[in-house]
Amino acid sequence: MSNTVEVAFTVNNIQYVRNVEPRMLLSDFLRHELGLTGTHVGCEHGVCGACTVLFDGQSVRSCLMFAVQANGHEILTIEGLGTIDNLHPIQQSFIEAHGLQCGFCTPGIILTLVPFLESNPDPSEEEIRHAISGNICRCTGYQNIVEAVKLAAEKMSPNT
Amino acid sequence: MTHKYIGKRIQRNEDPRLLTGQALFVDDVNIPGMLHAAFLRSDYAHARLKSIDVSAARERPGVVAVFTAEDMGADWKPGPPLVSPPPTVKDVTFFSRTQVPLVKDKVRHAGEAIAVVVAESRYIAEDAVEDIQVDLEPLEAVADLEKAMRPDSVRVHDDLDSNLAAHIVQVKGDYDKIRGEADLLIKRRIVIDRGAAAAMENRGIVANWDVKSQHLTVWDTTQAPIPIRNGLATRLGLSAHQVRVIAPFLGGGFGPKMMMFYPEEMLIPWLAIKLGRPVKWIEDRRENFYATTQERAQIHDVEMALTREGRILGIHDTFLHDTGAYDPYGLTIPLNTQSHMMSGYDVANFYSEIKVVFTNKIITTPIRGAGRPQGIYIAERLLDIAAKELGLDPIEIRKLNFIPPEAFPYEHKIIDQAFAPLILDSGNYRPVLEKAAVLIGYDQFVNEEQPRLRAEGRHIGIGIVSFIETTGVGPYEGARITVQTDGKINVATGVGTQGQGHFTSFAQVVAEQLGVAVKDVHLVTGDTAEFHWGTGTFASRGSVVAGNAINASAAGVRKKILKLASEVLKAPEDELELENGQVRVADIPQQSISLGELAALANPLRGAVEPGTEPGLEATAYFGPKYGAAAFGTHAMILEVDPETMMVEIKRYVVVEDCGTVLNPMILEGQIHGGVAMGIGNAYYEKLVYDDNAQLLNASLADYLIPTASEVPRIVIGHEETRSPLNPLGTKGVGEAGTIPVPALFAQALENALAEYNLEILETPLSPNRLFELIQDKEKSR
Repeated sequence: MSNTVEVAFTVNNIQYVRNVEPRMLLSDFLRHELGLTGTHVGCEHGVCGACTVLFDGQSVRSCLMFAVQANGHEILTIEGLGTIDNLHPIQQSFIEAHGLQCGFCTPGIILTLVPFLESNPDPSEEEIRHAISGNICRCTGYQNIVEAVKLAAEKMSPNT
Repeated sequence: MTHKYIGKRIQRNEDPRLLTGQALFVDDVNIPGMLHAAFLRSDYAHARLKSIDVSAARERPGVVAVFTAEDMGADWKPGPPLVSPPPTVKDVTFFSRTQVPLVKDKVRHAGEAIAVVVAESRYIAEDAVEDIQVDLEPLEAVADLEKAMRPDSVRVHDDLDSNLAAHIVQVKGDYDKIRGEADLLIKRRIVIDRGAAAAMENRGIVANWDVKSQHLTVWDTTQAPIPIRNGLATRLGLSAHQVRVIAPFLGGGFGPKMMMFYPEEMLIPWLAIKLGRPVKWIEDRRENFYATTQERAQIHDVEMALTREGRILGIHDTFLHDTGAYDPYGLTIPLNTQSHMMSGYDVANFYSEIKVVFTNKIITTPIRGAGRPQGIYIAERLLDIAAKELGLDPIEIRKLNFIPPEAFPYEHKIIDQAFAPLILDSGNYRPVLEKAAVLIGYDQFVNEEQPRLRAEGRHIGIGIVSFIETTGVGPYEGARITVQTDGKINVATGVGTQGQGHFTSFAQVVAEQLGVAVKDVHLVTGDTAEFHWGTGTFASRGSVVAGNAINASAAGVRKKILKLASEVLKAPEDELELENGQVRVADIPQQSISLGELAALANPLRGAVEPGTEPGLEATAYFGPKYGAAAFGTHAMILEVDPETMMVEIKRYVVVEDCGTVLNPMILEGQIHGGVAMGIGNAYYEKLVYDDNAQLLNASLADYLIPTASEVPRIVIGHEETRSPLNPLGTKGVGEAGTIPVPALFAQALENALAEYNLEILETPLSPNRLFELIQDKEKSR
């Protein structure tokens, strides 16, 4: 298994240069090589959305990419978004609106929402539901996630 | 009684960690030197294992070991059964056949594990699985319940005379006698098929054997860490104190994580000891479809006898229940179905016969609802049909048959899944139904809106169904609560947690007793090193059984606090109050001491104490209810069917729930939202499709459709509160309530929306395709 390739990329604003097997999934690399276990793996076939990370600012499914594809790119995982003492407004809104239960799908949903709210800062309920329709949540029935997104949009609005 | 914390919408203590990726899930555990396991699983549902050659796999670089059943030697044993059959019912036949760690002679369902590879990485382990040469002789498989019961059927277990796994009859009154007196008999066949729990987190196990301390630590995605510890110790020949099982944060449970022991659950710890290295196995989604338990399949032949006024005289039912290839979970699901077939109705005569059937399909064990959705489907469907026949309103026929409030506690006179008499502890059903009717706007819709929309050619219908949920069963749970010297409170309890908000709702119970902030109550659940008595999180029992154990233990701590504070503050106990982490004299607030200081005084380093004194401000207490608490609810829905695509749009959805005292309405509503979403999946999207060879055809999330934000509507929730007299908090469970009545609700609402076709829906799950077929069949028969 010495067939490795050198890759250089940035994760959560830290630069890494690593040798990886070409077949290693980005999700496995983030979780098991970098120890960033906040990215969760729910299906390994790109349906559930739990493993969503930001790739040059856009949400992607890290289980559908190889780590080598990240060469030269910038990745943000949930660990890089906010900290317990300094939560991102979306994270804070999920607490206030009870937008999570087991929390397994939540990092993927939040990282789906970051670019969504950047491009659509005042979304309708229908737009919110469409935006998260690629993420499966088995606990919440989505209603409080929708509420959390509305709350986050308010918090992030430049007028407030 | 006014509460300061109980019943309040308090934000969850656990959220910040979950939201920042700082919460530990099993797959996050990483131990230096850890190995990774992967399983070779059978492609066939029924096959004879002729030979297996693992030599190539063993030679692959990076592979540490490969084990087959033969390689396990004397350690190969079928798993212990989880639940034994009920002893209190006469005429019970039960053949216990439990799952095996690795297939030895015969494969009994597709996905059954044949060999395990342990390697330096998961990637290598999976490569090596492909290296294994296995010779399986395919046998005819049996998937269909009725075919399985035919005398000429192939047998799942060769040592049995048939595929009958269990047989049980429960009788109340005399159905045959009243049958002759009935004005109306409704006799139908009702078919219910399988679904998956599909928690977002698959199962996983990490085991670490520390040779020097002779101690085994296991991280397991289980809803029942304590029984897992006890069972592992027994199987592995260790003392229970040598085994620590941790169920950390779980990515959803919904029942299948209550099953024990999964073959992997026994094998991974065994491998860790055998190899002297930590071993991790994480199930992938495909394995989750093939190796994690499923539920729901039953075929009922049922008859309801009624008077012309619509009063139920009796129910007579015989049903086949699919247990899959093995029956480790005993009779829990079919007994629950039986217990819910009379629902919240006063039924004097009842005959129910269960035949549990082995098939070459994956094992069934409870999934959120656990047999109850089937029972409720039967009761509600038959009432709907009877109402149509008698020209009654669906609401009126239910009101007519409800157990009246003065009849509680009401004995249904059969035994329930806990092997105890089925008694409904308390309830007041009519106001719940009436509130739901008001919230959905029933009269206005039926009298004004629907006729107008129908005239426009729209297919829009309404449904309203009710249900009971037996919850909060024993035997018991416990908790230990300690006041720390920093004034914060530590709570340890045995139940695992899978997203129910225990870190918060249980903290509220403690805060109420001890007058501290909810965020200062730190809860540890699911770690046997912290608390090792208890059973698990199942049957909607957390808030009832563990909640009341925590309440009792907090009351014990409160007593100790008051006693010591009374000495320190030189004031009688009844003049003291606990507020803001302080004990103070009620009329003289400056005369006070903090709980932290008091805790330090309770654990002195020097000096003498009174004989018999217990150190610290700590108490342990247990709670076991006499019997389960019965919750009640009504769901109502308005939906529209697109006649071109048969897709449905839910216009309005209402749930009114009576689950006794509510600990945290925000968490409760979240549980209901999620339960309804799963129920919608059960009713109209999710079905595990097996072919005649017992092959699962849709084992991926691309083919097995879980509702998304586009399918699940906004849900309006109303509450009624009838406290349970069986526990001091007055709580009843609610974890499964959202799911239970949804298939019955869909059937009624779809029939109503498509009234022109005069459909009679007698099956679940449905789907747009299936609904189309039902309409086609109806048209053809015209």
